[in-house]
Amino acid sequence: MKFFFFHLMPYAALDPDYDKLHNSAWVTLPNTYYDPKIGHELYNRYLDEMEYADELGWDGICVNEHHQTAYGLMPIPGVMAGALARRTKQAKIAVLGRALPLLNNPLTVAEEFAMLDNITGGRLIAGFVRGIGAEYHAWGANPAESHDRFHEAHDLIVQAWTQPGPSKFEGKHYHFEYVNCWPRPYQQPHPPIWIPSQGSRETIEWASHPSRKYTYLQTFSPVSALARFVKMYHEAANKYGYQATNDQIGWSMPAYAAETDEIARREARPHVEFFLNKLLRMPQEMLLPPGYLSLASMKGIVAAKKGISAGPRTMDDVIEQGIFLCGSARTICERLEKYQQEIGFGHVLPQMQFGTLPHELVKKSTEIFAREIIPYFRRKQEDTGASPARVSA
Amino acid sequence: MPGEERFETIAGCKIRLLRGGKGAPLLYLHGAGGGGIWFPFMETLAEHFEVFAPEHPGFGASETPAWLDNVGDLAYFYLDFIEKLGLKNVTLVGSSLGGWTAAEIAVRSCASLKALVLSCAAGIHIEGVAKGDIFLWSPEETIRNMYFDQKIADHILAQPLDETQQMAAAKNRLATAKLAWQPRLYNPHLHKWLHRISVPTLILWGDGDRIIPPAYGPAYQALVPGSKLEIFKDCGHVPQVEKKEAWTDRIIHFAAEAG
Repeated sequence: MKFFFFHLMPYAALDPDYDKLHNSAWVTLPNTYYDPKIGHELYNRYLDEMEYADELGWDGICVNEHHQTAYGLMPIPGVMAGALARRTKQAKIAVLGRALPLLNNPLTVAEEFAMLDNITGGRLIAGFVRGIGAEYHAWGANPAESHDRFHEAHDLIVQAWTQPGPSKFEGKHYHFEYVNCWPRPYQQPHPPIWIPSQGSRETIEWASHPSRKYTYLQTFSPVSALARFVKMYHEAANKYGYQATNDQIGWSMPAYAAETDEIARREARPHVEFFLNKLLRMPQEMLLPPGYLSLASMKGIVAAKKGISAGPRTMDDVIEQGIFLCGSARTICERLEKYQQEIGFGHVLPQMQFGTLPHELVKKSTEIFAREIIPYFRRKQEDTGASPARVSA
Repeated sequence: MPGEERFETIAGCKIRLLRGGKGAPLLYLHGAGGGGIWFPFMETLAEHFEVFAPEHPGFGASETPAWLDNVGDLAYFYLDFIEKLGLKNVTLVGSSLGGWTAAEIAVRSCASLKALVLSCAAGIHIEGVAKGDIFLWSPEETIRNMYFDQKIADHILAQPLDETQQMAAAKNRLATAKLAWQPRLYNPHLHKWLHRISVPTLILWGDGDRIIPPAYGPAYQALVPGSKLEIFKDCGHVPQVEKKEAWTDRIIHFAAEAG
């Protein structure tokens, strides 16, 4: 099992009373709430935290993309990945991801990722997402074309990486006479492609296809949802006639480790609740613009009358649902071991900073992972050899 | 008497069509909220016209054809529709998104049209005059912003949608996004060709329209040669409901004068 340090880089200094005037930390929250002097400090602090994870021997570090929000300050994640490319030495750098349908020219991603892959000598992991619903409001991209543009942009980027250039690309949304990516990617045929998702059958069937076998990442979900979608991935692979390996599955969740369960809960509570109730806050219309989900999926939501951002959430809720991993090293090892045995996944991507969690606590938790949790699973893997393919019943 | 419902297949797309009344043909094109309902204003119009009220491709009970990408596609579809049904001297009435569609039809061909009515029509853009963000408003905000008279909104909101209606609403929103998300509710090229409209044109607006502000009325009037404009007082985005008598009366008289 590989461990990837995941960061959202939130604007942790957000005035918590903003929600008395504004209904969301996204898209419409005035950027006058952002102080560049504080931002300067946060960016550098957050980059330090990621570099520290590399020093401590984490397998990878992850950045990601969100627009016009206090939730995450990486609208152009390649800038962060570029800054990390030279300062880190061993960790993989995963950009999870670029939101492809937002782009008028996805070749920029082929180029950007190829550059990062060359600079790092093949430490890049390429993440492709559709982006959450709010991004379509922020960037004006048409959500009704989201699925189509994602697939077409993906095909274009992979073509740019794998076909000798110049080649032609003739799509509905993208059409290029000269696809000729300089530089070519360092990793051949191309960097590993990971697909973060909140879970959808369409995405899983596409990612697990034998021509792709992309690593599917379940992000920020109850552990029951993780189990359901991992099972779906294995079933899809079986239907395609092969057995998926644990390498094809990853799980991302906010996580916090401290000396004891009690200390961990006490220290994490205000920060994770800020994350849940302030930074994640957005109305349903922002989260789910038309076309973001298929009409079939919308039917499920209508039937369940599900309000995604309904009501305040507590740390206890998210710990109980297995959305948030919190406790002593021993508790976290037990949880991860149990879930891994029951569900099966090869990559764990703990989000080590969340909400207002301050630098010293991020460092402490990152160290406990590096010194107690990660080595436990590395030893276990050495004892049992490479983890075997797992087939869910 | 409610309109008769039937299905027509045109350009490979099966759509729901409501039809009622006797007289010269009037084709009514609905807005983003969808069709499929025989409204009281249709009943009034049906006393003077044979009213055709189709549900657009992509909306409600109509199919979503693979060719539907923009309002121009919808315009060509309705030119086929008029031809297939053999309609002549059509009074073409469009509301909001349907008004935009009607304008796109008329710049392509006025051959089968007698008169054009644009009611709170989308389709053009005036720099600095923002339209309402129908995609970010909650369902309640949307209904409240559609009407000047909040009693109408209260009445609508008191009747929650059942599951079938909610699914139709989701389908209508999807079709609207496909056609109008970006650029938002307009075609940047339409304004260049509105001078091609060669039939008498009546532009109707509500002075309290919070979706397409009333400044769009005079803007359309300046672009369509010889067009007439009337702005209803104390009226929102749906004058056919809020000012039913005046709205239907103007259309009936305008069509009669158009010969």
